[in-house]
Amino acid sequence: MTESYLGIVILGAVGILNAALIIGLSQLVGSVRPSAVKSSPYESGMPPLGGTRERFSVNFYIVAMLFIVFDIETIFLLPWAVVFRDLPLEGFLAMVIFLDVLGVGLVYAWKKGALEWD
Amino acid sequence: MTEISGGPFVVATILKVVVFFTLLILSIALGTYMERRLAAFIQDRSGPNRVGPIGLLQVVADGLKNLLKEETWPSAAYKGFFLLAPALALIPGTILFAVIPFASPAPTRWGYVDMIVADVPIGVLYILAIASLGVYGVVMAGWSSGSKYAFLGGLRGSAQMVSYEVGLSLSLVPVLMLAGDVRVPEIVTLQQHYPGDATTLGVWLVAPLLVGTFLFYLTGLAETNRLPFDLPEAEAELVGGYHTEYSSMKFAVFMMGEYGHLITTAMLVTVFFFGGWDIPFWSGDNIRVAADGSLIGEPAWWKTLLTLIAFVIKGGLVFATFIWVRWTLPRFRYDQLMDLGWKFIIEFVTIYIIVIAVAIYALDRAGLAFGPAYAAALLGVNVVLAVLLFFLFDRGRLIRGAGREAEREARRRLLEARRQVRQQTLSHALGESARLATTADDSSEEGR
Repeated sequence: MTESYLGIVILGAVGILNAALIIGLSQLVGSVRPSAVKSSPYESGMPPLGGTRERFSVNFYIVAMLFIVFDIETIFLLPWAVVFRDLPLEGFLAMVIFLDVLGVGLVYAWKKGALEWD
Repeated sequence: MTEISGGPFVVATILKVVVFFTLLILSIALGTYMERRLAAFIQDRSGPNRVGPIGLLQVVADGLKNLLKEETWPSAAYKGFFLLAPALALIPGTILFAVIPFASPAPTRWGYVDMIVADVPIGVLYILAIASLGVYGVVMAGWSSGSKYAFLGGLRGSAQMVSYEVGLSLSLVPVLMLAGDVRVPEIVTLQQHYPGDATTLGVWLVAPLLVGTFLFYLTGLAETNRLPFDLPEAEAELVGGYHTEYSSMKFAVFMMGEYGHLITTAMLVTVFFFGGWDIPFWSGDNIRVAADGSLIGEPAWWKTLLTLIAFVIKGGLVFATFIWVRWTLPRFRYDQLMDLGWKFIIEFVTIYIIVIAVAIYALDRAGLAFGPAYAAALLGVNVVLAVLLFFLFDRGRLIRGAGREAEREARRRLLEARRQVRQQTLSHALGESARLATTADDSSEEGR
């Protein structure tokens, strides 16, 4: 079974090589005429104001944390789905309970306003 | 006939990688061309039609132009990450297709060859894992550029992609429940019609999982940052989003990655819900691998070619609908997008999984064998769900849009603003004419 991964290894190598080749080639071939104005960050033609990597909405962090929780839900669901038709009723009920607990968590986050954007 | 092994297997794998990778790069090029032509068609223009026959060489011209253009290096950028980001965006898009079967197995002197780069036992998990890597390119480009627009685009992109990734993976769960395997060829076999065989369903999964198809399609669009979900690069707000600061080939590499991802998504929709390389109403392509590794059915090179054509046609049609959607629908607002992802899709997919699980459980206990009748029963469940979804819930309740009140308010404001402008213009004109009149009077007085 291990040899079936050979294709992925070769494809991965080809993919990385392809990306490196394209980007590298254009570094070599393209013209280079840098100037101070050309390399200043784009801000609709104005001289840039303030820093660029500033503080941003805390919502993005909350979304990232919620994502981890729900991605783990997916990880539990996928193997369950594969063997689902061979499982007794308990197997199904266990997953329903798991999803319910998760649902309560989502409702809590929702009510706390974690999903509100303004 | 047994599977190819040993030295010939290695040679076959290398050949497959080279051929399919070239085909993918070619279809990325053709995909951009197709997008521009279809967009032009929708907007009643001609589109690119000068370079080569019907404009087909436009892609080559664009590629050469991009290669020869100057690579700009923003002074505020972190150079290493700035260079790495486009590569990280391109690589997942071009290696994602490894586990997708393109055609029926082909016979050779050394055994049959699967028309799939790597028939690994993790199948679908590989797709989910690699597809989620695309977010690194976006977030790294946004952060390393040192531009506010790019930064905001990268933030938005990462939040959107992780939000919809959950929905994307969950909408595949019903497919896995029916297939009972994560290997993609098994999912194709499931959709082929073997009369009297209770391990296959015999119909494309779009029928028994109608709502699931819709959800996968929707989340697939969001995952690839396609309109109506292209908030990370909303040009009206963020100039170019996360790739604002990129020029020439590095920008083109982002585009290639995007189209590679998009084409792969079209392939995934085809494989999971539209039968993959299966040719409908024909049992000649009933070729599959048995549990002991031997091949059931009669493989032939012409069948491989025919099924490949069928796969390309199906995938092309799905890709065409992506373009159609892009040039038809307006863009979401960011809060609407996150609301759709977190407040609707995740809940709905979870309920959908439970409903389908109950239905499968009930049908199995009722003693109904796998087959078209089984699929028809599931289709009934899906139709009921679709009706509930579209005619009961979604009347402006699920997705909080502008709403009637807000719309009326906006129209009132617009009319008010127009009235004011008209009045100002009028009073300005009146004042002007009055001034002119007085000047005229003055001059006439002076003249007197």
